[in-house]
Amino acid sequence: MTNSFIEFRNVSFRYGKDQPWVLKNVSFTIDSNEWVAVIGHNGSGKSTIAKLINGLLFPQEGEIIVDGLTVNEHTIWDVRKSVGMVFQNPDNQFVGTTVRDDVAFGLENRGVPREDMLKRIDVSLGQVGMSDYLLHEPHRLSGGQKQRVAIAGVLAISPKVIILDEATAMLDPKGRLEIMQTVSHLRQAEQLALITITHDLNEITRASRVIVMNKGEVWLESNPRDVFSRKEDLLQIGLDTPFVATFADELSRQGIKLGKQPLNHEELMDELWTYHSKM
Amino acid sequence: MDISFKNVTYTYQPNTPFEHRAIHDLSFTIKSGSFVAIVGHTGSGKSTLIQHLNGLLRPTEGQVKIGDYTLSADKKVKDIKELRSKVGVVFQYPEHQLFEETIAKDIAFGPENFGVGEEEVKKRVHETIHAVQLSEQLLDRSPFDLSGGQMRRVAIAGVLAMEPQVLVLDEPTAGLDPRGQQDIMNMFYQLHHQKGLTTILVTHSMEDALKYADHVIIMDHGTKYMEGKPTEVFQRKRELEKVQLDVPEIVQFLFGVEKQLGISIAYRGQTIAELATELVEELRSRNL
Ligand SMILES: Nc1ncnc2c1ncn2[C@@H]1O[C@H](COP(=O)(O)OP(=O)(O)OP(=O)(O)O)[C@@H](O)[C@H]1O
Ligand SMILES: Nc1ncnc2c1ncn2[C@@H]1O[C@H](COP(=O)(O)OP(=O)(O)O)[C@@H](O)[C@H]1O
Ligand SMILES: [Mg+2]
Ligand SMILES: [Mg+2]
Repeated sequence: MTNSFIEFRNVSFRYGKDQPWVLKNVSFTIDSNEWVAVIGHNGSGKSTIAKLINGLLFPQEGEIIVDGLTVNEHTIWDVRKSVGMVFQNPDNQFVGTTVRDDVAFGLENRGVPREDMLKRIDVSLGQVGMSDYLLHEPHRLSGGQKQRVAIAGVLAISPKVIILDEATAMLDPKGRLEIMQTVSHLRQAEQLALITITHDLNEITRASRVIVMNKGEVWLESNPRDVFSRKEDLLQIGLDTPFVATFADELSRQGIKLGKQPLNHEELMDELWTYHSKM
Repeated sequence: MDISFKNVTYTYQPNTPFEHRAIHDLSFTIKSGSFVAIVGHTGSGKSTLIQHLNGLLRPTEGQVKIGDYTLSADKKVKDIKELRSKVGVVFQYPEHQLFEETIAKDIAFGPENFGVGEEEVKKRVHETIHAVQLSEQLLDRSPFDLSGGQMRRVAIAGVLAMEPQVLVLDEPTAGLDPRGQQDIMNMFYQLHHQKGLTTILVTHSMEDALKYADHVIIMDHGTKYMEGKPTEVFQRKRELEKVQLDVPEIVQFLFGVEKQLGISIAYRGQTIAELATELVEELRSRNL
């Protein structure tokens, strides 16, 4: 019927009995090969969702299904074979003493043969532009370089879904773009699902769908174009729109109605051109 | 405090197989009271530079001066603690900065350590938790039970509570939600002016550099590549592209407007609303 790969069914979660609910009756689905961006104010529950998907946490209420399995103590090892996750701070995920060992760790854990392993390490480090750092110590890399190695570690496992929890936050703009292009390409080539948790407004425009969280609840589920046509509401919940949408919004305030909500510079320029030549 | 770097080189783990020269022959000066942005690609040496400002690192060669304190390979700063009480650093990874069992203790640690009285410390804890827009209810919780963005806010509060004269911010808004990014930057900016601070901001956001800084230093491969006024530096698209940087989106957009619509609007630091008005006027005047 559906090919939903991840499903949250009425999930509620709190970190302890005497603590507040941080997720309240959350339901959504994510298809295989879909790119979903999750956004929301600090503390809205995004990272908690990520940790629930690969069974680092379990919900007190509701059910989470990943690749046909209900996530619980018995299934987590199978679930984690298909979920690759990169967190906000890669320092906490480094285990190896060299970049190569570090990428190897996840593979050894999964019993990948040595020959295959060396090849995969080379390929995945190449994909994130870190081939020259094979023998460097992960802890001595700069912030952005660390993020790339962490992403390589996940790519090497060939998961079915990659979750990037603000994994590009520390990269320079060029590095961000490269990583996004890499994962976007991989998604198509390997039929992956991609979940990007991010505060980078421009990064969201590339997703096919956006889940907007607010105070532990799903506030909106829609496409980027629709999300960014709601500037006022987004401001209310601590978010904003990217430059292009903000500019379009300002134009409309000043009486210039564009044909459609532009998502990027090209679209904005096209709309302006059309408007200009019509006058 | 005036700050100067004179031919500074820093090598990590010298004379080992891991030897790595992270900055070299770096010279610049920062006037007391100015707001300086430091921009550069990942690995260009920004964080290494910053760690010299409170004496966490000492130059391998050359000399760093922060007010009356001098750092060089052969001279240790005598009163490093005093220097650190005057230079507050918000590091790139805030979790590394947190270590106390409650958020209140974490924020209080700096000022207590530098001998500020109990009452005053309490006052500062409350002031700064508000400044970073966290609820006072969190004060007794563990800082490790927070979301990424909330941790960053606590780390920032801890530095503000020291009431430093020099504020050093290493990508301080990474991990903050869009409103938080704006509010916290505006708060730094206000403090900067109110208290006459010297502020050094490392950022990947050309927008923030443009909006807040009166001087920008561009780093590339461990040394200074360009410096100047942000509105001027950020128009130099070709030179910036050479070191993997983009011009700010707003400038990028104006280049496009010129190329595709033949309308040229000079960038002088206008807001988005002001620019929209100028563009609308141009568009309308052409069609009269
Ligand atoms: N280990 C923990 N123990 C107790 N509470 C926690 C813990 N981790 C997170 N929380 C709380 O749960 C809520 C949701 O946190 P979460 O990390 O999911 O937010 P987030 O949306 O990822 O935020 P950010 O944008 O800052 O990363 C927050 O109120 C946070 O304080
Ligand atoms: N502790 C360290 N040991 C060895 N090399 C380091 C260490 N920290 C950073 N480096 C290296 O120094 C260079 C500059 O790093 P850094 O100052 O963190 O750059 P930036 O902050 O501009 O991203 C990078 O090539 C990085 O790999
Ligand atoms: Mg988070
Ligand atoms: Mg850095």
